[in-house]
Amino acid sequence: MSHWIIAPVVLPALLAPLLMLLVRNDLRAQRVLSMAGTLGFAALAALLLVQTAGGEISVYRLGNWPAPFGIVLVADRLATLMLALTAGLALAVLAHVLGTGWDARGRHFHALFQFQLMGLAGAFLTGDAFNLFVFFEVMLIASYGLMIHGGGRARLRAGVQYVVMNLAGSVLFLLALGTLYAVTGTLNMADMAVRIAELPPDEAGLLRVGAVLLLLVFAIKAALVPLQFWLPATYANAPGPVAALFAILTKVGVYAILRIYPLVFGADSIAGDIGPTLLLPAAGVTLLIGMGGVMGARDLGRMAAFAVIGSIGTLMLGVAVFSAAATGAALFYLIHSTLAAAAMFLVADLVQAERGNLTLQPGPRLTRHGLLAALFFTVAIGVAGMPPLPGFLGKLMILDATRLQPEAWAIWSLVLVGSLMAVIGLGRAGAALFWAVPREPAPASGKPFAWVGIAGLLSGLVALTVAAGPTSSWLNATSEAIYAPAPYIAAVLGNGVGQ
Amino acid sequence: MELLVASAVAVMSGVGIYLILRRQTFPVVLGMAMLSYAVNVFLFATGRLVVDMPPVLSEGAAGYTDPLPQALVLTAIVISFGMTAVVVLLSLGAYIVSDDDTIELGEGRE
Repeated sequence: MSHWIIAPVVLPALLAPLLMLLVRNDLRAQRVLSMAGTLGFAALAALLLVQTAGGEISVYRLGNWPAPFGIVLVADRLATLMLALTAGLALAVLAHVLGTGWDARGRHFHALFQFQLMGLAGAFLTGDAFNLFVFFEVMLIASYGLMIHGGGRARLRAGVQYVVMNLAGSVLFLLALGTLYAVTGTLNMADMAVRIAELPPDEAGLLRVGAVLLLLVFAIKAALVPLQFWLPATYANAPGPVAALFAILTKVGVYAILRIYPLVFGADSIAGDIGPTLLLPAAGVTLLIGMGGVMGARDLGRMAAFAVIGSIGTLMLGVAVFSAAATGAALFYLIHSTLAAAAMFLVADLVQAERGNLTLQPGPRLTRHGLLAALFFTVAIGVAGMPPLPGFLGKLMILDATRLQPEAWAIWSLVLVGSLMAVIGLGRAGAALFWAVPREPAPASGKPFAWVGIAGLLSGLVALTVAAGPTSSWLNATSEAIYAPAPYIAAVLGNGVGQ
Repeated sequence: MELLVASAVAVMSGVGIYLILRRQTFPVVLGMAMLSYAVNVFLFATGRLVVDMPPVLSEGAAGYTDPLPQALVLTAIVISFGMTAVVVLLSLGAYIVSDDDTIELGEGRE
């Protein structure tokens, strides 16, 4: 049994209190430790990714209690992929924070950042549904602190509605878990899959209620229509780098749906029709509302937030048909959209720092005007999903994988119309911010390393385009494993316990 | 007893849902507390309701009460307690800074 699996949870969990207690008045030491910790986190994520790349499923039994009695952590390809994506994003965001000095605008940024990483790592690695709830809460508490970092009137008020929305989500999560426990008598996801397959049909009613409640919880996290209202105000008012980090939080909802629905409520179980029937229309409307918001937004922060909603819509169209090929394509788009959305928030942060606002109206000429315009243009190409950046390939793969579905006409027209709306909206924003400006240059400002994070994210996108072939065949293997959960169940339960 | 527990959960969730739909933060905080009480009692009932049974299997007893939901409720109480503290502080902060305690979806950066 490899102890490395729990290391990505333990490392930030130990580092965060150290940052808070030992070096709370020394920003330089905090920066060094936080960067070192995040590099270590990335190294651990890479190690786990390499260990599981061939399809091995490693299980870590906490306290050596056998599943389903104890809590297990499970590292398989899906989990380590999300972990590695988190680590890459965290490095870029942290580089941006250090380059722009965001961490000096409030206290305890680095400690909260490490707790955020701990929650994310735990949520991706756990194999137990109640443990998933606990790690969601860890992740959310840290995100409440990060969201209001730096303070300010609008940010605090947006923070209150974000917290209240998520508290309601937590209550729903507990209700869903309680219902599922009452029906199946277990909280281990693999064991739950076994029990549900054996469940008599007259218990289907309660089980289906639990499945729908759980879907609602994940839809709140992923900001699916009609539960997306919290997202624009939250992301637009959060500090720029924090909004960039939050790009992975919505993907946690998508990950949880991919982890639990094919495994526990598989296509041939008595609750197998809930995922596809509810998610497909929701995803379509999400895509339209998101891209409509991109066209209508009056400032760049809200535009980037609506672009996140739109990309979730595209992504969920691929997920909601629940087929291996479409999920493989959706995973490719997931990596791309996380990096592109984060880069958009970081660019918006640099523009905000120079202009003082993000309103989409002609303003003064910015310092480094050309560089920012080029960065915005490149990231906009990524967000809209145009070649040569990988969003284009991701959308193409989703279209190709859903070609034979009965709903293909709807999916195709939604994705294509959505892309057009995104191009129009982003083009309008670029023209307003960077085109119609006076010629006189503004005085230079001194933050030479502010663009490092964005450069990192963009090089990630370029690497994803270059390595699109091998990546997508690996992702297809990953998604086939999601829809053939027998090895996962056998690995978790071991020795035939519960079978 | 089933009727008592079920109606208690129903009344508390009803009150909680009514309160979290209010515009001021104070009723919303109370509503969240109510909802978390409701969910704690609900979780307690998910292990089936029995009276006077030990929480572990033993030779002498006729049955046992499921100990796992009680552990879950304990975790849920701790988390919801902490969350209530966070939301009280946060809404107090927002009220002091902006002199307005309504919960509204703001219009971008101000």
